[in-house]
Amino acid sequence: MTPELGRAAVLIALAACSIGAVTGIWAGITARVDAARWTRWMAGLFAFAMVAAVGLMEFALITHDYSVKYVAEVGSNETPLAFTIVSLWSSLDGSILLWALILAIWAGVFAWRLRDNHPEHAPFALGTILAVGVFFTFLVSGIANPFDRIPEPLSNGPGPNPLLQNHILMIIHPPTLYLGYVGMTVPFSMGCAALMNGSMPTGWARTMRRWMLVPWTCLTVGIILGGWWSYEVLGWGGYWAWDPVENASFMPWLTATAFIHSSMMMERKEHLKGWTISLVMASFLLTLLGTFMTRSGVFNSVHSFTQSPIGPVFLGFLALCLVFCVLLLAARVDTLSPPISKLEGPWSRDFAFLGNNLLFAAFTFTVLLGTVYPLLNEVMTDVQISVGEPYFNRMSVPICMGILFLMGVGPALPWGRAEPGEVMRQLSMPTIVSVVIAAGCVAMGLREPIAILTFALSGFAGMVTLKELTEPGRQRAAKLGEPLPKALLNTWRTGHRRAGGYVVHLGVVFIAVAIAASSVYRSETEMTIREGKAKSFLGYDITYTGTERVDEPHRWSRVAHFQVSKDGEHIGDASPRLNHYKKMGQAIGTPTVISRLDEDLYLSLVQVDTEGKMASLSVVVEPLVWWLWFGGGVMLLGSVISGWPAARRKEEEDAA
Amino acid sequence: MSNSTSKNRRLALVGALAVAGAALAFISFGNIGENLVYYWDPGQLIAAGDKSIGATIRLGGVVKKDTIDWDPDRSELAFTVSDGVAEVNVHCTGAPPQMFREGIGVVVEGTMTKAGIFESSRLMVKHSNEYKAPEEGTSVEELYKTVEAL
Repeated sequence: MTPELGRAAVLIALAACSIGAVTGIWAGITARVDAARWTRWMAGLFAFAMVAAVGLMEFALITHDYSVKYVAEVGSNETPLAFTIVSLWSSLDGSILLWALILAIWAGVFAWRLRDNHPEHAPFALGTILAVGVFFTFLVSGIANPFDRIPEPLSNGPGPNPLLQNHILMIIHPPTLYLGYVGMTVPFSMGCAALMNGSMPTGWARTMRRWMLVPWTCLTVGIILGGWWSYEVLGWGGYWAWDPVENASFMPWLTATAFIHSSMMMERKEHLKGWTISLVMASFLLTLLGTFMTRSGVFNSVHSFTQSPIGPVFLGFLALCLVFCVLLLAARVDTLSPPISKLEGPWSRDFAFLGNNLLFAAFTFTVLLGTVYPLLNEVMTDVQISVGEPYFNRMSVPICMGILFLMGVGPALPWGRAEPGEVMRQLSMPTIVSVVIAAGCVAMGLREPIAILTFALSGFAGMVTLKELTEPGRQRAAKLGEPLPKALLNTWRTGHRRAGGYVVHLGVVFIAVAIAASSVYRSETEMTIREGKAKSFLGYDITYTGTERVDEPHRWSRVAHFQVSKDGEHIGDASPRLNHYKKMGQAIGTPTVISRLDEDLYLSLVQVDTEGKMASLSVVVEPLVWWLWFGGGVMLLGSVISGWPAARRKEEEDAA
Repeated sequence: MSNSTSKNRRLALVGALAVAGAALAFISFGNIGENLVYYWDPGQLIAAGDKSIGATIRLGGVVKKDTIDWDPDRSELAFTVSDGVAEVNVHCTGAPPQMFREGIGVVVEGTMTKAGIFESSRLMVKHSNEYKAPEEGTSVEELYKTVEAL
């Protein structure tokens, strides 16, 4: 029954999307309240049907119902329950199903949240979201149908890709990323709605930014978790390799970040409307491109597990959306009202925001170029190449420096015109701090300009951010005589959007320092150790105590045991392992990371001889990696503070 | 502010952006050209001649029988990669991955030296979804598509 029920649910979702897309646009054009209500009902039905479809798929996965095609592809009786549940997104068809589910949930929440607000814009936006839904439900009901019935089912399956079963992060990383990816559809649709309606009122702009903030946060967390997964699992001691699939998630993040900043300009000065809408459109198109690249198998990267027939269909949809965006922009951008005030000159925050947007656009362009160049090249010359990491590093380092610099300078500048003297006074303290940091680095013997510059700029940005975070509180304490901690909390509560934004900036500072330190001062070696003996690397003594074999239902593993001490003091045991998955002719390692605040020791097992007398290890020492994950947590915290809903309700009342 | 000065400013702005964009594109393309990684099999590598010296290459093929020379004391590994017709001698430092053996598909990343030995900085073993050693002559494209770093 499950294949038929699942397919029925998907078809209901397809019908709901098709009807809702039409009624939504119609409601927008005619301003008919009943059509708008119908659209909301269709969004609700879409959400309900997709929850049912995914529920059925999970039921089939958990009960090992191999008559369902997708279960036959990724299920196996030996896979642990948790990984059986998450194998929903371990292969192509399931991940498209997940995509449709998340879109349906976004559509349902959007319909419900905006049921009484923005009647001129909301139906257009919801109609556009559902139109996107038509495509994905069409995929799930047709060429990517995971519910196909297998006429003569087997009694067991191959199990999901071992790389996906190897770490707990695989349970949360993909859905987080997908929440962000798919969520970009909402601000995109809202931008389209502004063009269709021909107006971008301040309230709509603000609502749009809020609907971007949530997917942006998910995408940020998803990208960092992806880096963390790659660090903990892939065994080469890195978290970012400019892999096409990593780039695919990074590009929409760049344009979305640019959007969050330019929308502040739009809200405050009614400036850059066309540009801001272009940014949400770009973010959406880049998520489609990303899904196409990840899921169609056009790249041979570590993430592309699937080869599929849906590639061309996806590419067609991408082209259609691109044409739609360009035409809609060209036809309607002039209907938006002109700016109310002009932009200020170089000594203003306006200018910093413009610079920020240009740098993010340039960053997106360079990453996009490096990512699609091999594809274009192969199409035109039939020669297989790839673009090496040095290209990305060389291009991104100066751009990141510029962004870091503006992140420091921008918040110190006023929105209006400022006197250069005043600006100098504002920036003197952070400048002194950054010079002291740079001098300190040189005194400590550091000689690498990239690292020193990053540390100095991070110190600069960190100082300015801390000042901006505490200044209102200090002023309040002085004015009202409140104790400082209470005054600080009060200002953070009332100005939580602003405060949250600065906390995000602090997170970026931590990440910048961590990336610079861990990539510039990374050291690695390889060693082969005899049982009972020790070898040393950079003050670490690593003793090999033996290897054991561990059997589990779905795999068996060689686990090598090491004792690690630093400068004579025992700091931990390490048991990196090599896992052999049944039915797969491959060994996948699980490295061990001994993580401390100052540096990580990363051990991954390369080889153990047959008797276990000799073990070969790859050893990496990287400073400050821990701060990368910490910075990610700070960014998440800042986003939550910024978008906290309790205060949001009050804001809506203020706006209404 | 009169209409014409605003138009002039706008023109100047668009011009400046166009120049900046062109400069960025120029730098990017130049940079890409210097950082290409070539995906070759032994035949293509030999055909490339001097062009292969110093270039970054991913060489794919099968580890030829009786050519593996692993020196655990000096941590040096040498073997021959074959595509069934042409052969290239490969040298790298470090222990071979657990799955490394004769007849298995590999991709090595590195460059060709003047001495005619491929100096590899990264050795990847082909992953397959089935228990099946790739036969000699498996197409390199297929290898690339299933390869992963261990």
